[in-house]
Amino acid sequence: MVLKVNGVDHEITADPDVALLTVLRNHLDLTGSKYGCGEGACGACTVLINGNPARSCITPVGTAAGKEITTIEGLEKDGRLHAVQEAFLTTDVFQCSYCASGMILSAVALLHGNPSPSQEAIVKAMNGNVCRCGTYPFIVKAIQLASKS
Amino acid sequence: MDSPSFTLSRRQFIRLTGSGLVVALVFRDLRLFAGESPGGSPVLPPGEVGAWIQIGEDGAVSVYTGKVEFGQNIRTSLSQIVSEELKVPLSSITMVMGDTDLVPYDAGTFGSRTTPQMGTQLRKAAATAREALIGMAAKKWDTTTDGLFADKGMIVNPANNQKLAYGMLTKGQQIVHTISDDVAVIAAKDWKVAGKTVRKVDGQRYITGRHKYVSDMQVPDMQYGKVLRAPSYNAKLVSADVSKAENIPGVAVVRDGDFIGVVAPDVVTATKALQLIDVHWEEATGQPSTANIFDYLVKNAGQDGGGTGESGGGSRRGGREAGGEKQQGDVEAGIAQGDFQHAQTYHVNYIAHVPLEPRAALAEWIDGKLTVWTGTQRPFGVHEELVDTFHLPKEKVRVIVPDTGSGYGGKHSGEAAIEAARLAKAVNRPVKLVWTREEEFTWAYFRPAGVIEVTAGVKKDGTIAGWKFINYNSGNAGMATQYRTVNKQEVHIPSRTPLRQGSYRALAATGNVFARECHMTDLARLIKMDPLEFRLKNLDDERFKDVLQAASKAFGWDGPKVSGHGYGIAGGFEKGGHIATCAEVAVNPDKEVRIIRVTQAFECGAIVNPHHLENQITGAIIQGLGGALFEKIEFENGKILNPGLSAYRVPRFSDVPKIEVVLINRKDLPSAGAGEAGIVGIAPAIRNAILDATGTGLTTLPMIPNGTIR
Repeated sequence: MVLKVNGVDHEITADPDVALLTVLRNHLDLTGSKYGCGEGACGACTVLINGNPARSCITPVGTAAGKEITTIEGLEKDGRLHAVQEAFLTTDVFQCSYCASGMILSAVALLHGNPSPSQEAIVKAMNGNVCRCGTYPFIVKAIQLASKS
Repeated sequence: MDSPSFTLSRRQFIRLTGSGLVVALVFRDLRLFAGESPGGSPVLPPGEVGAWIQIGEDGAVSVYTGKVEFGQNIRTSLSQIVSEELKVPLSSITMVMGDTDLVPYDAGTFGSRTTPQMGTQLRKAAATAREALIGMAAKKWDTTTDGLFADKGMIVNPANNQKLAYGMLTKGQQIVHTISDDVAVIAAKDWKVAGKTVRKVDGQRYITGRHKYVSDMQVPDMQYGKVLRAPSYNAKLVSADVSKAENIPGVAVVRDGDFIGVVAPDVVTATKALQLIDVHWEEATGQPSTANIFDYLVKNAGQDGGGTGESGGGSRRGGREAGGEKQQGDVEAGIAQGDFQHAQTYHVNYIAHVPLEPRAALAEWIDGKLTVWTGTQRPFGVHEELVDTFHLPKEKVRVIVPDTGSGYGGKHSGEAAIEAARLAKAVNRPVKLVWTREEEFTWAYFRPAGVIEVTAGVKKDGTIAGWKFINYNSGNAGMATQYRTVNKQEVHIPSRTPLRQGSYRALAATGNVFARECHMTDLARLIKMDPLEFRLKNLDDERFKDVLQAASKAFGWDGPKVSGHGYGIAGGFEKGGHIATCAEVAVNPDKEVRIIRVTQAFECGAIVNPHHLENQITGAIIQGLGGALFEKIEFENGKILNPGLSAYRVPRFSDVPKIEVVLINRKDLPSAGAGEAGIVGIAPAIRNAILDATGTGLTTLPMIPNGTIR
């Protein structure tokens, strides 16, 4: 099957039932997307499929074929950080940062659909993403900063 | 800790670090070290070096420490400390951390010790290096050191405005300095780089996904490993037919007694091979469960003498730090002398660390030397485990810890490292092994469960006449009360634990502070005294009083209250950090609890990085909310019943109340650690607020696993 990741087509030989996350990490060495729980409950594996956030650990790779997949590695354009990445960097959000990719992609999708989300809307959209270090208030702050830029 | 693996001669030392100036922090003043003895005997005795700093020929500064980065942002704070003393830009500093071949022995990254211990050592090493460079410049210029100073990586002579870059001074040199304890360091009030908010030094690597955690690593020819797990604790392997697994092309099955693992070219095949093993287990029966754990712990108290210290990698014994029973006065008589007596039993359930990156290791054997990349808080502890397991000389094992996806005390041990090394040895190829979330929940270790019995007598004027505190199993950290009382007894009795237990952020202090601070508010209510006033009245420790006053002032403790809401306060002292927490809650007619807001004051001496400290304290409050309200390991007869993130609830965005953190910067005091103390105040503050709102005093952690007061 052909998988279009970050604008590039990749010919993949894999069982279509295998998780998209496994293919991204092991076939394409795109390791920015993380394994956290394996059941779509922590958001560390979040990628965008046609612009919508998806839990790649429970997404069969076959269902993603032919669609536009964006991972954290695809957010930078011409060596410049995405505005959301820039806001997370400026806010200096993270501790261990293992959740960072999933948080940022979820935030990108949120702001795409709602450029000026209320705090309530941020909490609702982000609630599937776990930061075990508890940096949530700083993530909210970064999303608010990104929404202004 | 008695067998550190680091021992080097001066020559070896220079070979390792290259030429330039090296300043090593040694724990004793080792005169021998300055000039190698003619006999060529080792000049750096094992365990005597704490850290070292090297200034290369290009002026680049490398700092070698056995501490590891798990999200505390110490790579940043330690860099700030070196930058401050050495007068070099942050960007010229490279921290070499947690690589047992490169860094001096270190017991591990736990106990909030990095800032007070490693921070102090590096401060002294950097100050020594600065003074040595000034001396070298004076020699080069044929002048005295008077008036010379260091600035921006150069030594400056203000008399003639001559400047020499550090690299020019260290070029072609092979100089090793050691330092003793008395070197002058820069006072916190004069800090320019330390004490300021600077961003995570390599933050961009994380928000772009570039940083390689162990679970992300790949090396040429690498295989993927999986280990066969028992269906429950203490199950015995009866038989296993591995032929179907072995028949898959590329798969190797590794068997060694009850250990069965598979190795495959990719993780999907490895998982499939594991499932094809036809295995029969004999499961143990009659094992304790969540329903009877507290009775079990009390009944088995004292059954298992010892206990693990904080450095312990998880055991079936109680978590115990130095210091056992404390007795003073006549506790029973004291309690009886009170106008009121109050006895209560508090319960603490097992909880899991749930580091978002589960245990992972990549092992490689080359020419008889084993190298393992793994996320552990104790690189030298895991080094020792590997040396013991494979009967290897110390120099034949190297453990490397890339910055890791968190630990919170949960990654002291080397299970994944040993498993990966076994598999890699058997197939003679590099093997990576990443635990699943279920494995992490089941085969790692937990924060200990405990039963805490508190009995106290209080006089009407607020005097605590007697205080008796008994902790079964969960540990003695934070057990000693700071409140004044003549008659007291504090005892920790280890017990037998059915689940493997070990260290956790603040360890037993969370449960012990919970019990003490619940009890303090209960006593205040008995004598109808304001709980803040009652605490202040019984404290001599000015730092503890300061945080209580700072928190209550910012919170508006004495200000207007919302009718029907409850207000609670709690405080503590742990690992050098003083903390006080105020909470406001609302409880609706259905007994559902909503946390409205939390104010927490924190003081740990001179602040090194205000933003990262605020982040750390905020994170501790939020992580603490989980254990306070709903986190709980459910188990029955040797099985964990909620080994996944859909079943085991951790705090999420929607659980976070309004949080205000008040930092007290005591520039006149040495910097202490901040990783742990921040977690101990939230549970009792909420409990006391719920008590204020409803009259119900909850006594079990977690307090409201179903969201309501039962």
